[in-house]
Amino acid sequence: MDILSLFILVPIISITVLLFTKNLRQARITAMIGSIIQLSMAINLVFSYFKERAVNDSLMVFTKDIVWFAPFNIHYSVGVDGISVALLLLTSIVVLAGVFISWKMFDLPKEFFISLIVLSIGVYGFFISMDLFTMFVFFEIAVIPMYLLIGIWGSGPREFSAMKLTLMLMGASAILLIGILGIYFNSDADGGALTFNILEIAKVNIPIEAQKLFFPLTFVGFAVIGALFPFHTWSPDGHASAPTAVSMLHAGVLMKLGGYGVFRVAMYLLPEGAKEWSWIFIILSVIGVVYGAFSAIKQTDLKYINAYSSVSHLGLVLFALLMLNKTAWNGAIIQSLSHGFMTALFFALIGMIYERTHTRNIAELGGLLKVIPFISTIYVIAGLASLGLPGFSGFVAEMNIFVGAFQNDSLFVRIATILSVTVIVITAVYILRVVGIMLMGPVKNVAYLKLERVTWFEKLGILLLLVPIVGIGVAPLWISNMILESLQPFIQGLL
Amino acid sequence: MDFSNFLLMRFEVILLAVILLLIIGEIFITQAKKDAVIHLAIFLFGIHTAVGFFNLDDGSLFGGMYRTNTLIQCFKSILNVGVLILLLQSGDWIQEKIMKHGRGTEFFVLLFSSLFGMYFMISSGDFLMFYLGLELSTLPVAGLAAYETTKRISSEAGIKLILSAAMASGTALMGISLLYATSGSIYFSDVITAISPDSLTILGFVLFFSGLAFKISLVPFHFWTADVYEGSPIAIASYLSVISKGAAVFILMILLFTVLKPLIGIWEKLLYIIAIATMFIGNLFALRQQNMKRFLAYSSIAQAGFILLGLIIGNQLGAATVIYFVLIYIFSNLAAFGVVQAISLQTGKELMSDYEGLYRTNPNLSLIMMLALFSLAGIPPVAGFFGKFFLFTAAASEGYYFLVFLAVVNVTISLYYYLLVVRAMFLRKSNNAIPYFKNKIYMRLGLLITVIGILILGIYSPLYEYIYELSINLQ
Repeated sequence: MDILSLFILVPIISITVLLFTKNLRQARITAMIGSIIQLSMAINLVFSYFKERAVNDSLMVFTKDIVWFAPFNIHYSVGVDGISVALLLLTSIVVLAGVFISWKMFDLPKEFFISLIVLSIGVYGFFISMDLFTMFVFFEIAVIPMYLLIGIWGSGPREFSAMKLTLMLMGASAILLIGILGIYFNSDADGGALTFNILEIAKVNIPIEAQKLFFPLTFVGFAVIGALFPFHTWSPDGHASAPTAVSMLHAGVLMKLGGYGVFRVAMYLLPEGAKEWSWIFIILSVIGVVYGAFSAIKQTDLKYINAYSSVSHLGLVLFALLMLNKTAWNGAIIQSLSHGFMTALFFALIGMIYERTHTRNIAELGGLLKVIPFISTIYVIAGLASLGLPGFSGFVAEMNIFVGAFQNDSLFVRIATILSVTVIVITAVYILRVVGIMLMGPVKNVAYLKLERVTWFEKLGILLLLVPIVGIGVAPLWISNMILESLQPFIQGLL
Repeated sequence: MDFSNFLLMRFEVILLAVILLLIIGEIFITQAKKDAVIHLAIFLFGIHTAVGFFNLDDGSLFGGMYRTNTLIQCFKSILNVGVLILLLQSGDWIQEKIMKHGRGTEFFVLLFSSLFGMYFMISSGDFLMFYLGLELSTLPVAGLAAYETTKRISSEAGIKLILSAAMASGTALMGISLLYATSGSIYFSDVITAISPDSLTILGFVLFFSGLAFKISLVPFHFWTADVYEGSPIAIASYLSVISKGAAVFILMILLFTVLKPLIGIWEKLLYIIAIATMFIGNLFALRQQNMKRFLAYSSIAQAGFILLGLIIGNQLGAATVIYFVLIYIFSNLAAFGVVQAISLQTGKELMSDYEGLYRTNPNLSLIMMLALFSLAGIPPVAGFFGKFFLFTAAASEGYYFLVFLAVVNVTISLYYYLLVVRAMFLRKSNNAIPYFKNKIYMRLGLLITVIGILILGIYSPLYEYIYELSINLQ
């Protein structure tokens, strides 16, 4: 068994064991052990990747290829480059943190952890796939458990949010399906066989007409899950209704599928289409960036604030990818990672606050710094990371994105860049506003004086997410080296 | 005549033997032990199904009226497996509801006769044999639909089915006559060479097609479906939606891809329009159904629309994807109907609202239902996804991107109503949820086979490759 397929096999084993668990205690221990193994595998993968990269010069390493459906030339084909390694690490950390945060999931614990792990299978599989078909399968596997996770364990209008989220994402994947089929049936343009393999398609010169036709479908199909304006509306509702761990996974990991897919499939395989259509998607992503940030200012529900901030931050990822520029791409990937850790941390903290105060309305909260200092301090740190303070991952990401974007000398892109740079200020407004109202000032409710202390598993979950944020912020070089090397094929294909 | 020729008709001969054995067996089974008929029927049919998997020579009989080859054998085996699962799932129902009136044997005899007709329909080498098979496969089902004589709605279903079926087969017969008039023969092998797209032939083809479209319940020949499904016993609704539809799809495919191939310019346009209408009408009507049987009826109409996406391209790829899809559809739909039947048998409840909170009382049934619905909706990793994906790939291979686009829109619509059932079972809590009950052995076996099918058929690729190789026979 190669080390990548283990990323799918281990969760399957965890699920099998989970089926036989009887209560919350057994279920969470099983889920934790499974996720710890995943995390150790991911860390090991980072080191093995550096070792392998030193001797192996191919685009993807640790590849494995098994013929699956021969008549369609569908393969089970896996492999990683620096980008996927980084995202796999992100996933395994967020999943483990999610398990810790769900330590007290009393309602149907077994089913909860199974759904959570099924979701993670989809994400892992998506990041390691080199075959469009396999990738699409894992994409849908990642989406569908969200319905049950939000619908069963959610709060508020959970049925509505779950249905909206599922239908929008599955609708997007339906559009994506046409894009993928279009790519597949044009992959023989140079006289070769039809193939789903990304690396082989990248060598083919797909006819420009086909590229122009299928690029928007593929792009939108992926970008919906990356919260592209105006297809982002599933995200705030979904976040607000989802239980804490699901919000974490959803914002931290699931939404990254969008940016990754856009980059790896839509732009990499259809470069001419990307050049043709990029202007409209640049406009949409800039609107998303600014609109998301402004919406976050107006919201009073903590989860909505974060959801809209996610729309804004992920809009920035799409914006950076469309800049067709090495530095901006590097920034986009780091922004994906940084946002993944940061929002997951935010949602974990919001979950803890909600569990203690039973409200997420910032107007009803106040002076939390005095009563739950640990959570509040971390919230401030996460906030500072989010608004891009140097020393945290957010700074590295945004710096790269904007420096890269300014290297474009067309007027259109300049204006778009200037518009999206304003988001730095707006982000500061909504972050500091929450910090001011919620954490500072007098304690608004006497009941808050007797809030429960932070438990060990909550601290563990928080620490897991905090370490990489600071890690990337202080020492960004190792991760950006890993990413920059892997950008080479994209540079050759697209620039 | 060499008697060994009849070995080619192994399926028909054995099934006939099973029918006769059942009739004779009933005489010797005492009134006290009459349940033994059920065990006997399932046992005999199980043997028949098993025998069907052994390879049979290709060949034809009666001067070409009857023919068989590996592909046709594969069709018959697929139908056999479906009927076997259906028998397992309905064994308890027959025992509890039908045996009281002492009418168990007739049920099996009628069911098997209908299947017997389907064998001939699929194996037919000329239009006469085809027509006989079509009639034989439909008429007994009308009797079965009216089988619950204590229920008025059941008799209504029987009458509706037989009237619409008579109309449809009359139309088909008219079409056959016109085709005969223009081509001068009823033998498929002669028709292929003689047929040309002149206006009388096209008229004949359209009339003929509507007869089969009725059996597949394509729009606009679908009006009988929901009423008949709702009224008939669940076993029969299930039979109509799975076996009957599957057989009709198979023969339609054989005819379109071989005999009527010269008319491809006509029927691909026809199928294009009907596919769109069927998908949209099936899905949109399914949205607001409350009765599970009606719900599954409209869902099965929509599924038939998807099948046309594979038929429309008329080549080996299309044939393989259609057969594969039908196979998967049989398993998925039987699983869904099986759960509905289990619940209906225990509690008499058939409404979607009765399913609220089912997961907390009957987790296994709910999980089976969820798997079945996900398979029908086309969610990976269950089999339905692969079936649908390949159908769409087949349609896209000939450039029908717009049709595929409409199809994926429909997949999203269908996901909504499939999720409504999941919502009722998993998301809702209810104080008067259906209490826990344990199914008997036959039902459990029947559901288990479908679940294994749903989980394995998609991922296990050699099966598709086998079907793909067989489909070369249709070129």
